[in-house]
Amino acid sequence: MSETAEKVKKIVVEHLGVDEAKVTPEASFIDDLGADSLDTVELVMAFEEAFGVEIPDDAAEKITTVQDAIDYIEKQKAA
Amino acid sequence: MFAQGAAPRRVVVTGMGIACPLGIGVEHVWRRLVAGESGISAIQSFDVKDLPAKIAGQVPAGSREEGKLDLNEWVPVKDQKKMDRFIHLALVAAQEAVADSGWQPEDEEGRCATGVMIGSGIGGLQTIYEASLTVAAGKARRLSPFFIPSALINLASGHVSIRYGFKGPNHSVVTACATGVHALGDAARLIASGDAEVMVAGGAEAAISEIGMAGFCAARALSTGYNDRPQLASRPWDEGRDGFVMGEGAGILVLEELEHARRRGAKIYAEVIGYGMSGDAHHITAPSEDGDGAYRSMRAALRSARVAPEEVQYVNAHGTSTPLGDDLELGAVERLWGDAAKGLAMSSTKSAIGHLLGAAGAVEGIFSILAIRDGVAPPTLNLEKPSRESPIDRVAKVAQERRIRVALSNSFGFGGTNASIVFRAAP
Repeated sequence: MSETAEKVKKIVVEHLGVDEAKVTPEASFIDDLGADSLDTVELVMAFEEAFGVEIPDDAAEKITTVQDAIDYIEKQKAA
Repeated sequence: MFAQGAAPRRVVVTGMGIACPLGIGVEHVWRRLVAGESGISAIQSFDVKDLPAKIAGQVPAGSREEGKLDLNEWVPVKDQKKMDRFIHLALVAAQEAVADSGWQPEDEEGRCATGVMIGSGIGGLQTIYEASLTVAAGKARRLSPFFIPSALINLASGHVSIRYGFKGPNHSVVTACATGVHALGDAARLIASGDAEVMVAGGAEAAISEIGMAGFCAARALSTGYNDRPQLASRPWDEGRDGFVMGEGAGILVLEELEHARRRGAKIYAEVIGYGMSGDAHHITAPSEDGDGAYRSMRAALRSARVAPEEVQYVNAHGTSTPLGDDLELGAVERLWGDAAKGLAMSSTKSAIGHLLGAAGAVEGIFSILAIRDGVAPPTLNLEKPSRESPIDRVAKVAQERRIRVALSNSFGFGGTNASIVFRAAP
């Protein structure tokens, strides 16, 4: 697992209070990990803070799974 | 109490929960209160060097087993940061009260007949303070989406309703230090008027923070002369009193329509028989100099209860330990009770727990009910030398066994708002 993936997973576990095992790449924040719309806003803010990236609202709306988050962050960091 | 037609709906208390400076749990707190213990101590959780008042009544940290608060036992970790501490404390007391009542609506009708009315004097003060720092640091876009729902006062009621699925009236009261009594009285009236069968009602407060302490210090309301002897600081009616001691906590009661409670075989602690309110129309923080607001509030409560002053054996006073307020309330009680004053016991339990602001009236309502149940008037600690004599027994320092059938509890708040509630032994 990439460093980004590890870090994303850790943030998700912390913020949503879920078991690490449940945080699979395809897990949906809302459908599988029990997040509500406010949780996802906070999660995106935590990603921004941790990775020093900016995630605009229209991009944030498309980040619905753990893999979506990893992909977006890695793309931003590569750019 | 609120009879208008042929079949008045009576309101009884079937569950109670407390988080306060004497601990967590009604029976544990009551035992300590009656034993004359104090919950006031030095503030350790933040730096008090710039504050003239350095002590408070803080909910003790520790395990539930030892009657202390470990939040992880009550609120899921991931939800804790979504709520200010006043909501945490409300949830702790609400869980005890609801479990104590045994009320678990099993159908939609029952859920819709169960409401919540939990108030707070100030609400999420510390949360607002911290958010202000974030914004002031130029990080407005970093503000948590949970900031607003964490700070809003009615979210204590909201969280309790969400946790239990109570879908009846969802309401909240904000009347400073009178909040707790207003919440109980208004909730009882919602039941009496048929808006609900059951109401989870009370108050919660968590303003022991730098900004909260500094604010009340600025208003010259807090005791500052006993920082080195915290347990002596709250001394209602004593000539050495010099202001109130800030407290925190929550008191929650389950109020229920009498026949509803009887049908399900619920344990009944007491009946809510009267409720009165008044406004001083005088000053933003000082009570009216003739004590008339307090007098009219108590008179209205006794009228709605249809009892005469001599039928009341115990008053739980507002009695905050301020130079002005204590004797004004005493004078108002003497005036209303007249010759019956000499048979009356009146104590201020703030002497042991400090002033819980918006939670005070609910916690003290519970103490009044337990005074009826056990036939014990809890003591006024530190009442060594009253600033003036009175025919009323103020239960100095040691609890007294007394036959108590009817008890009245007072709460008065900034803005000149006054509320009194009357309880009677279970029917």
